[in-house]
Amino acid sequence: MLPRCSALRTNQQGWFIERTLLIRFATLALFTVFVSSCGRTNLVEEATEGKVLLLANGAEPRSCDPHLVQSVGDSNIMRALFEGLVTFHISEDDTAAPGVAERWEPNEDFSVWTFYLREDAKWSNGEPITAHDFAYSYERVLTPELASPYASMLFPLQGAEEFNKGETDDFSTVGVKVIDDRTLELSLIGPMDYFPEVLKHTTWLPVPKETIEKFGKMTDRYTDWQRPGNHVGNGPFVLKSWRINHSLTVEPNSHYWDRETVKLNEIRFIPIPNEYTEERAFRDSRLHYTYTMPNNMIAWYRENQPHLLRTEPYAGSYFYRFNVNEPPMNDPKVRKALTLAIDREAIVKNVTQGGQEPSFGFTPPFKGVYEPPKMVEFNPGKARELLAEAGYPNGEGFPGFQILINTQEAHRTVAETIQAMWKEHLGIDNVTINNQEWKVFQQTLHDLNYEVARSGWIGDYVHPMTFLTMWQTDDTNNETGWSNAEYDRLIREAFEAADPAVRQEKMFAAEKILLDELPIAPIYWYTRVYLLHPDVKNWNPKVLDNRPFKHVDLIDSGPAYQ
Amino acid sequence: MEAIETAPEFAAAEKGSSLGKDAWFRLKKNRLAMICLWVFVAITVLCVGGLPAEKLGLIADPNAINLEDRSVGPSAEYWMGTDHIGRDIFSRILAGGRISLMVGFLATLVSMTIGVVYGSVAGFFGGRLDSVMMRIVDILYALPFMIFVIILTTFFGNKLWLLFIAIGAVEWLTMARIVRGQVMSLKKMEFVEAARSLGLGNWKLIFRHLIPNTLGPVIIYTTLTVPAVMLLESVLSFLGLGVMPPDSSWGTLIKEGADRMLTTPWLLIFPALFFSATLFCLNFLGDGLRDALDPKTSKD
Amino acid sequence: MLKFIVSRFFQGLLALFCVLTLTFFLSRFAPGSPYTDEKQIPLHIREQMKEQMGLGDSIVVQWAKSMVDAATGFQGPSWGNSGFSVREVIGQAFPVSISVGLSGLFIALGIGVPAGVLAAAKRNTKIDYSLMSIALLGICLPTFVIGPIFAAIFGFQLQWFSAVGWNQPTDFLLPSLVLGLYYGAYIARLTRSGMLDTLSADFIRTARAKGLPEWRVMIIHALRGGLLPVVNYLGPAFSALITGSFVVESIFGLPGLGTHFINAAKNRDYNLIQGTVCVFAILILTLNFVADLLQAVLNPRLRNVSETAD
Repeated sequence: MLPRCSALRTNQQGWFIERTLLIRFATLALFTVFVSSCGRTNLVEEATEGKVLLLANGAEPRSCDPHLVQSVGDSNIMRALFEGLVTFHISEDDTAAPGVAERWEPNEDFSVWTFYLREDAKWSNGEPITAHDFAYSYERVLTPELASPYASMLFPLQGAEEFNKGETDDFSTVGVKVIDDRTLELSLIGPMDYFPEVLKHTTWLPVPKETIEKFGKMTDRYTDWQRPGNHVGNGPFVLKSWRINHSLTVEPNSHYWDRETVKLNEIRFIPIPNEYTEERAFRDSRLHYTYTMPNNMIAWYRENQPHLLRTEPYAGSYFYRFNVNEPPMNDPKVRKALTLAIDREAIVKNVTQGGQEPSFGFTPPFKGVYEPPKMVEFNPGKARELLAEAGYPNGEGFPGFQILINTQEAHRTVAETIQAMWKEHLGIDNVTINNQEWKVFQQTLHDLNYEVARSGWIGDYVHPMTFLTMWQTDDTNNETGWSNAEYDRLIREAFEAADPAVRQEKMFAAEKILLDELPIAPIYWYTRVYLLHPDVKNWNPKVLDNRPFKHVDLIDSGPAYQ
Repeated sequence: MEAIETAPEFAAAEKGSSLGKDAWFRLKKNRLAMICLWVFVAITVLCVGGLPAEKLGLIADPNAINLEDRSVGPSAEYWMGTDHIGRDIFSRILAGGRISLMVGFLATLVSMTIGVVYGSVAGFFGGRLDSVMMRIVDILYALPFMIFVIILTTFFGNKLWLLFIAIGAVEWLTMARIVRGQVMSLKKMEFVEAARSLGLGNWKLIFRHLIPNTLGPVIIYTTLTVPAVMLLESVLSFLGLGVMPPDSSWGTLIKEGADRMLTTPWLLIFPALFFSATLFCLNFLGDGLRDALDPKTSKD
Repeated sequence: MLKFIVSRFFQGLLALFCVLTLTFFLSRFAPGSPYTDEKQIPLHIREQMKEQMGLGDSIVVQWAKSMVDAATGFQGPSWGNSGFSVREVIGQAFPVSISVGLSGLFIALGIGVPAGVLAAAKRNTKIDYSLMSIALLGICLPTFVIGPIFAAIFGFQLQWFSAVGWNQPTDFLLPSLVLGLYYGAYIARLTRSGMLDTLSADFIRTARAKGLPEWRVMIIHALRGGLLPVVNYLGPAFSALITGSFVVESIFGLPGLGTHFINAAKNRDYNLIQGTVCVFAILILTLNFVADLLQAVLNPRLRNVSETAD
């Protein structure tokens, strides 16, 4: 009944105080009258009626440029605004649905892929999308000056790495070939039967050349093309408004080739970094979906409102890194003892409580594709034996060390529990916990200036390779100092193998080495735990948290809480 | 405790030792203040006594995890319940109290001393010196505290004395401004002129006549600084300075409890009770002290 | 008087320069960089990002550029909010913080000053004790406790206000109430103590002896001196209120300035750090200046003092 404050980007000129300020003071005077007369509006009910999806989306989006985004939340927005050659299936994780390409075919050994683009694919400004647009986009991602953080996602392309490292500036050396406006041929450095999975990543999304170059050079990062009004995409939705720390709104793209599938009238991505605030917002009917969920409320919801709580597997692994350069962690026996003394079952049951799987390997199992070797277990007896063999019977004389965590309650509780387990099962009682602010933590990790550090890894695509490549010698994400020539060789061979079964074998053998040497202590495999309003339809579990928004629908199903 | 220990010194400096006794006598007549004093002493003794009690096994180890008894409400076994990983809240409050009381008082003492001396010097001398000193205060106000703390911890690691520096660096600023304002208004008063005409030097004037007369606001603001410092301590521990898990402080306990107040309210209620009781006592004690020490009422 | 104002203006500019310079170097010394994140970026890409952000230049050049950027009104990009300049980021958040901060201040003063005066007038009675107990409760229950409680009561229980969000014109009320109660408690305590100090002064006794009505003595004579500590407390308190409180903004999901203060530091968004610090510095310098003026107004004896303070 009151006009909603739509101050979306109204104060671009800067420091002017909104006129609504006066209105607010007037309301302060009238507030008793107001409160008794009209109450407040219930956003979720209204939103469902208007088919407006209200999504909490973690932190404020850092960018609206698919080649620059990094976080999962930002990628979600990109997937509403852009569409790649292939796109996400409504429910299956390992199936690629046709996107801009209506069909595609690999050569015999999966190293050259040809994509046939649909004729009716258009940018949101009505211009047609051609194979040239994709070639341009890949060139942009790989051009060193753009410094796209995920450029390495394109390295399966022939010559891409060399081009990105500046060894050549001739893009024709990269395996991207425009055969005609509707046909694109991509040549890879090796056989990759799972290439369509890799293609789903945001770095492979096309960007509009004309718009980007209207506002700056191809490689400029901070230009105005990302603003509402300027922004052009090719996804099911277009950018409508963006107010920092308030909301980012998208509406259907009338030029989208599959417009009739799109059911929503609007999606509002609302940044709420605080999980407790999120839960309150949901309870207050301000959201259809929370991004996360406070650990300590899971039990309450499970008991009282189970229909709102969603728990689904997430392709991520939670683990502790050991700095293998530092004694005593340089001794594999010590690392193994510490790993075996962690009671994973107890942690997921009592501490994290979100239905996580205690990990028995590092790579989460991918249904039908890969199952990691079962080598990690809870075995305090064996752990004590190993520790004694390493020269510390009953933990005697074990040098004190620190568990490094970044400041977050969930990490702290897990660390406190593990600290207690090491004390109980191994007799090591001089473990301390040190929490650091996020960026400091990353720097400490990077400088290998730690003993044991909490870590997590979320897959970039649905395939075990995204978990195993990082442990190669000198990979920037290794950060343990661990190096094993045999492991490196197996990963390289897995990469080059044309036969999926052979690749399987190589990956399995490599992970066995990893789990034998244990530069890491796997703890659990992530789940996504969140609250979902019953009005939301066509919302399926996805292991990488990518929701094909074009299928999502809202149908009034009564109040959320019962 | 510092209010009791230091404030009489100021007063004593003014009138000799008899005023200290006078003030104590007047304070003893103030029933509310005395009750507060004893409650406060009791809380302190309880917290400090928690350490030997832990060692003797009379109360649970504050950091002992018991995954069987998670989030248990207050009961005979756990007087104040347990937290989400089964640690005894009563023990954690006592252990946290030792840290919070120490940090609260030491850091407050540091900031009060700096603030009072700095503010009175700026206010008394005025002019250019005042301008420079007060702009420095303004600059310190404006610097980004979070980055300052991050840098402190990276260069020096996590040390307890750093915590006092970090807290001291921010908390004395407002005190300095308040004292400066009081001194500026006091220094034009007749008694200061009189003292000056007796040939008293500037410093003696400041310490014997001006500072004792600012004690009212100083005591009040000091007692208000204690809770602020205790809560600031918990913020700093999130930035990696100060108390590290699994150790607790009242600030971190209250913060954890606030997040969980809907599901396990005892995690908030009991720490908040100790925290509030301490601050109520301190404030009413401060009021009593202020009355007892008021040099103007003592002239009657 | 004019000389005083002009002199303070230049002092302020100098202080602002010092603040920005110090902040610049502090933020560069902090470990981590705008591009560190959980997934490590390959080294050669990190080098390119450094180049793009102008972090490859020498530190002196960077500092000079940052000073020029500050002088021209922060047109530079905010790295944490791609596509927005620092000026826009702050411009969007400022109105939110102003409306919450100003109404918080009014609530704080509206509650704090009368409560303090009344408590001082009824010193050491039940009225005094109960007023001060309420004030203390406001201090003992920090915003992160009171905020969620208010959100629960007035939000999803009574359904009067939104528990979270910045969508309706009334959404500023709950957060400003939470802030106002906290600062109001401080103001009440300080007012009471200031009043008590003044009430025992000779000129009050004179006024009373003249037979002036008690309320006149209180409001006209005593309050002027009694507000002195509050006035000095207000400068910093008000700047903190206006630049927003991260805790309150995060509890109520407000798009205010406080969030940017924290996020800028967290993201090592150097440009935004400079911008937010500059806003805060301008506020604190201005408000402390106003506090000094107010102090002179409240205490006529000070007037010549501040004029000679060049």
